[in-house]
Amino acid sequence: MKRRLFISRLLGIVLGLLGPLSGRLRGSPAGNAATPKRFGMGIQIDKCIGCGRCVDACKEENAVPQEPFYFRTWIERYSVKADGDTIVQNIDERITPPREVEVDRDVLRSFFVPKLCNQCENPPCVQVCPVGATFATPEGIVLVDDKRCIGCRYCIQACPYGARYLHPVKKTADKCTFCYHRVTKGMLPACVEVCPTQARVFGDLSSTASPLTRFRRMNKTAVLKPHLNTEPRVYYSDLDGEVR
Amino acid sequence: MNHPWNDLLRQVQGYIYPNEIEIHWGMLVVVYPYLTGLVAGAFILASLVEVFNVREVHAVYRLSLLTALAFLLIAPLPLLLHLGRPERSYEIFLTPNLSSAMAMFGFIYAWYLMVVLLLEIWFTYRKDLITWARAERFPMRWVHRALALFSNDLSERALRFDRKAVKVITVIGIPSAFLLHGYVGFIFGSIKANPWWSSVLIPIVFLFSAIVSGIALVLLLYMLITPRRGEKIDMACLDKIASFLFYAVLVDFSLELLDFIHRLYESEESIKILSDLVMNKLFISLVVIQVLLGMIVPLGVMVSIKLFHFNEELRKLLYFLSAILIQVGIFATRWNVVVGGQMFSKSFRGLTTYKMEMTGVEGLFVSLALLIAPFVVLAFLLWILPPWEKKLAVVFSSGSQAVEPRGDIPA
Amino acid sequence: MANGLRGLPDSFLRVLVVFLVLIVAVIVIGGALPTEFKDHSRHVQATIAREAALPIRFAGSTECGTCHDEARLKQIGYHRNLSCETCHGAAKAHTENPVEVKPAAPRKRESCATCHHFDPSRPTGFAQINPVMHFPRQACISCHDPHQAQPPSVPEECSACHAEIARTKAVSPHALLECTECHTVPAEHKVAPRITRASIPTERGFCGKCHDKDTATLQPPKIDINTHGEKYLCWQCHYPHMPEVR
Repeated sequence: MKRRLFISRLLGIVLGLLGPLSGRLRGSPAGNAATPKRFGMGIQIDKCIGCGRCVDACKEENAVPQEPFYFRTWIERYSVKADGDTIVQNIDERITPPREVEVDRDVLRSFFVPKLCNQCENPPCVQVCPVGATFATPEGIVLVDDKRCIGCRYCIQACPYGARYLHPVKKTADKCTFCYHRVTKGMLPACVEVCPTQARVFGDLSSTASPLTRFRRMNKTAVLKPHLNTEPRVYYSDLDGEVR
Repeated sequence: MNHPWNDLLRQVQGYIYPNEIEIHWGMLVVVYPYLTGLVAGAFILASLVEVFNVREVHAVYRLSLLTALAFLLIAPLPLLLHLGRPERSYEIFLTPNLSSAMAMFGFIYAWYLMVVLLLEIWFTYRKDLITWARAERFPMRWVHRALALFSNDLSERALRFDRKAVKVITVIGIPSAFLLHGYVGFIFGSIKANPWWSSVLIPIVFLFSAIVSGIALVLLLYMLITPRRGEKIDMACLDKIASFLFYAVLVDFSLELLDFIHRLYESEESIKILSDLVMNKLFISLVVIQVLLGMIVPLGVMVSIKLFHFNEELRKLLYFLSAILIQVGIFATRWNVVVGGQMFSKSFRGLTTYKMEMTGVEGLFVSLALLIAPFVVLAFLLWILPPWEKKLAVVFSSGSQAVEPRGDIPA
Repeated sequence: MANGLRGLPDSFLRVLVVFLVLIVAVIVIGGALPTEFKDHSRHVQATIAREAALPIRFAGSTECGTCHDEARLKQIGYHRNLSCETCHGAAKAHTENPVEVKPAAPRKRESCATCHHFDPSRPTGFAQINPVMHFPRQACISCHDPHQAQPPSVPEECSACHAEIARTKAVSPHALLECTECHTVPAEHKVAPRITRASIPTERGFCGKCHDKDTATLQPPKIDINTHGEKYLCWQCHYPHMPEVR
């Protein structure tokens, strides 16, 4: 944290020569005296049954457009074959029509992977937004100011996880907020709420005893695309190497 | 379920993240780096004349400056039009995010326009503006007087200062032109999520392809405008420009080859999907148009011009054709970077398709209009600020390059 | 006109004046703008407030028990960890107006099949059926009470939950073997499947009962159980539900 602060200050000083230095990089807002919560999510891949209720609940709770091109969260089905091929599908019925799935002998292993915004510690989307319309809250949740977003879509290009889309009506960037309006009231995100197998675990990363802390204690976890140094706060257990 | 994108869904090969079906940066964002590239290239050609005092090319010095200005004035338009909320673009000045390369756009643009181009043009033209104003009558007299900022000093001392100012501004201008287009490259090159873009070489490749396209454009304009003015094309000038062009293409080609070999040799995680992309989606636009027609053929033509002593007519024809091929090639380069970089999934597992609209803001017609607009602006600039000493009565009524140079050029 | 200030030429001063006017104009306009336009942190606070105030549609699992006994009843069956809204849908509106807004009560087979139709990608151990084969056209709730979800009788058939294994085994040379031939299943496993697990063979001699070259049974293939495979247990190389040798 100290090094990051130092680097961002240094960068701020360098860039400050070009414009008014407002002391803000990555949009860390000032204020909030109490130590804020740091929200995160755990996803236990071996528990996901691919029912897609999280996707539907997310679309409903957050008024995400129903068309199959806009998702704040979605589920991928991986089928790793003996010959090394890996078939990936989005199992949303709006994209992949439902069908009777039979056992394929060539498939070595198959599983579902829920995806959503990783609420990165180093969010590339926040870094590139020209107007500072996307920023991380003190809780570490990356939000979009839809009153200021100019719809340049640079953040969509910068997100390694495909977690952002351009809202077709607002014409501004849109993304998962961890259900900010719920979690700030002590509720669970809608996807976590409806998950029938508790494959998703949500909580405060700094809490000493919580389902999320237990999840992180009991499982070997991994994050997506760690080499990009985005430091995601969505932790997967049983993450297969084929998942990207 | 008859959303137009449902067709696109069916054309997806392999797996893409569901939000990736939309190609976010389309034709307009292809046009933008193409235009700024022409600005930087034309300006650098002008600077070569000024700084290294290349006498042969002096005939196109002012033309290059005006070309750079004309294209610079139009360059922000495609960027503005592609925004989801163009009416909010001012936010970029109100709350710029200092860590965003794109936020620097306004500042770099303003710097380049005001401090470099306009100033250099002003000091270059000041003497002429005063002379013209003195000889002219009502409307133009006042236009030129106003453009000269009502200065009236033609003393030797003032003229010497003009020349010195131009020199200084050029020296500032060359790094600024590098900055202008290098920065456009940086917008792409700094996206670590996208292996097609993420490369330190991208800003440099952008820069040299910009120089290539700018020189080729000035060469084309010179060949088109001169005969229409009833003048003879100065072969020494043309040969020199073509020579610059040749070396620029050579450097550009080497850089892109280096980038290609480097990627292939490192063969990182993304290499499979990128080769798929090149062989599947970009074969025509990259292999055929950008590399073969846009680089190898012009290079071959220009080498043979250097080796064999063709006569003037043939040289003109070959230069002209090469410059056109290079223009098309550089446009394809921009396309391959911008659109190509979005046709593969960041899951590295699939390819999507870009379906260009015809009408609509992001459509083909708007893009064509934006490509023609700089020529209209240039025609206007040539009329207000004629770069040649001869009178220019009928010549610049139409500025676009609609007319081919033909046999009526005096041999 | 020329006020040759400090010996600078008139042209330079004219440009200087233009630039000064522009710079002053930018500063004045910039300064005159209300702070709320320019202040990033205010925008941030406003966005946070706006996001936090968005309407809630899912009421949350704790809400239902305040009125409904089923919410407590449910705690016995396999569905004990499910939120009511997983099946009944978003119910915030219902909590605010219990009389007029009623949440959905799914009775169609499809809504149960969303989770329980067989899919080989699902983790094994999760109750799955083939909707075509499993009492077609009968409403699930005519046999199963979703609030106390458990099979009508404790499954004889392991396939209820281990469908993928059952289907693989059914076409393998081991098709005729009962699951219990190799696995002992404690009664607890049927109640708390993830906590008490079924056994798996722990010694080589178990497979050797059929596959050792010295045994009298007819089942091929025969190997020397003492030397073949060295220190490994048989199933550490061979997948018994689908032995590679056919």
